[in-house]
Amino acid sequence: MSTSGTLIEVSDMSHGYTMAGERMTILKNLSFTIDFGEFVAIIGPSGSGKSTLMNMLGCLDVSDTGSYLLDGQEIRKLSDNKLAAIRNEKIGFIFQSFNLLPKLSAVENVELPLVYRGISHRQRRQLAEDALTKVGLGDRMHHRPAELSGGQQQRVAIARAMAGSPPILLADEPTGALDTRTGKEVMGMIRQLNEQGHTIILITHDLEIAEQANRIIRIQDGNLVEDRRKA
Amino acid sequence: MKLFQSMRMALKSIYSSKVRSLLTMLGIIIGVSSVIILVSVGQGTTSQITEQLNGLGTNQLTVNITGRGATTSLTYDEALALGDIPGVKDVAPVISGNVTAKHNTDNVSVSVEGITPSYEDVKDFHVQSGRFLLDIDTQYRQKVALIGSSTANDLFGTDSPVGQTVQLNGISYKIVGLLETKGSSLGGSNDDKILIPISTAERQLQSKGVRSITIATTSADTVATVKSRLEGILAAKFSNATNAYTVFDSQQMLDTVNSTTNTLSMALAGIAGISLLVGGIGIMNIMIVSVNERTREIGVRKAIGAKKLDILAQFMIESVVLSGLGGIIGVGIGVGGSWLLGHYSPLSVSIAWNMVLVSFLFSLLIGVVFGMMPANKAARLRPIHALRVD
Ligand SMILES: Nc1ncnc2c1ncn2[C@@H]1O[C@H](COP(=O)(O)OP(=O)(O)O)[C@@H](O)[C@H]1O
Ligand SMILES: [Mg+2]
Repeated sequence: MSTSGTLIEVSDMSHGYTMAGERMTILKNLSFTIDFGEFVAIIGPSGSGKSTLMNMLGCLDVSDTGSYLLDGQEIRKLSDNKLAAIRNEKIGFIFQSFNLLPKLSAVENVELPLVYRGISHRQRRQLAEDALTKVGLGDRMHHRPAELSGGQQQRVAIARAMAGSPPILLADEPTGALDTRTGKEVMGMIRQLNEQGHTIILITHDLEIAEQANRIIRIQDGNLVEDRRKA
Repeated sequence: MKLFQSMRMALKSIYSSKVRSLLTMLGIIIGVSSVIILVSVGQGTTSQITEQLNGLGTNQLTVNITGRGATTSLTYDEALALGDIPGVKDVAPVISGNVTAKHNTDNVSVSVEGITPSYEDVKDFHVQSGRFLLDIDTQYRQKVALIGSSTANDLFGTDSPVGQTVQLNGISYKIVGLLETKGSSLGGSNDDKILIPISTAERQLQSKGVRSITIATTSADTVATVKSRLEGILAAKFSNATNAYTVFDSQQMLDTVNSTTNTLSMALAGIAGISLLVGGIGIMNIMIVSVNERTREIGVRKAIGAKKLDILAQFMIESVVLSGLGGIIGVGIGVGGSWLLGHYSPLSVSIAWNMVLVSFLFSLLIGVVFGMMPANKAARLRPIHALRVD
């Protein structure tokens, strides 16, 4: 895997859902590329198709038409198991609602992607502890999610996303469930990860948050209406 | 690599909802434990009966005169005449009754059998010291006796009874032999009795008729033909009375016991099968609930890289651990219950270890079979749908 140049190449991507017998097109002929190391915000009003696009970029789903090259590989042709392996190795997810497993401790949650990667117990425990220490939760390793605040839970989720060092971090409204102050903290952490070389794709409806990225892609009714790079 | 982790997760998840898990396992627990207890009791009883029947020998017939009155018994001579039936090796007629046996100040109530010397071979019952009864004792109505080991112990303690005198209802008998210890059989204790010559017994017990005859045939093969001849003779003799006699054949009895046991085993297997099936449905039900409750968890696991097989294995392991745990608890209760029954009830129990293994393996199999459908459902969930569920 290279570490510079084009990481993501979306061309002519369209996708729709059939609801109540009616076909609704949610993504309409999207084309864009994202390079290694970029910090991109995808912004748009609620219902505009941002999460649907994230599902595509995160290899959770494949689009009806078009093409999606991730690191030079055509994602739309791959089997479910291949997609699972790509998600595991190349993508770290940060969700609005954290999506931690409630019965597992913080460190066990962070270990989980490494379990599915087949990394030995001792090694993955080390990686998970390092990741938790980096997000400032070195003293909360064995707490359950319910024993942590929202901000702390999102930091555990960030640790889980980056523990296996995937090139891409996909964050869908990561501050949506947090108050302004902890939201800022989490954004600071994400910016820091970008500075360390991770490619960040941040999905938000909040312009103030989107402004922290180096590039803003605006979606409206499934169309790409703006692609703006900051100086 | 993930097996150990998955089992730990499964146990954690089972432990975190203890009551629900216990209720789910109840069907398996009841199924497994009841199979083990029932089979252990059945096996113990069967082997006890079989042992006793085998102790009687397989080339024997026993005639019991059950009717009342003089016309419904055989005389001593008529009994001996049965020895003329082809295939008969020996005939041992017995007159029996109860007496009070007395030695010095010790009194015991004991059963007395009037016998002939042929009794020794036919019943395979020998003396451990002294001598057996002889023809001459019968001929001259000698007042001599053989004493059973328990009765000897009651009357003489540790002293040798041979050569001593015992009073049977006030009449003195000389003890010439101490019988070997045989333990109990279907007819009761073999060691709590006194044997005297049959001719002496006719007077002692004031009984003319022979009411019990044991017949030894030359081989096990001739039992059937001897039996039919014997029944012919008895039918002619007792033509005016119904149910006047029974002819007991230990081989036939053994066959009956075996076929009864087989039928019983089939019935037990059926009951066990049904209860384990019900247990399995319980497990499937709870696994479906579990998959539904954890749809989002499945979505998260898939999003971060779990493959179909990982999810399938996770739920299969949970289902098998659940049913296996039920099996282990069932085995514990079954073995414990059988042991208690064996020690604190009159039932004879032999713990059916093969059944312990079979029922435990069966409980695992149930986990596999009934976990398959829910686990497969979980494995096939699409991550985008699973993640949308709240
Ligand atoms: N799995 C689905 N099935 C049917 N409709 C869906 C599905 N996912 C999203 N949609 C619809 O697609 C539209 C865009 O949704 P989404 O991508 O979640 O928007 P956003 O994240 O920008 O708010 C919405 O109208 C939503 O109802
Ligand atoms: Mg959304």
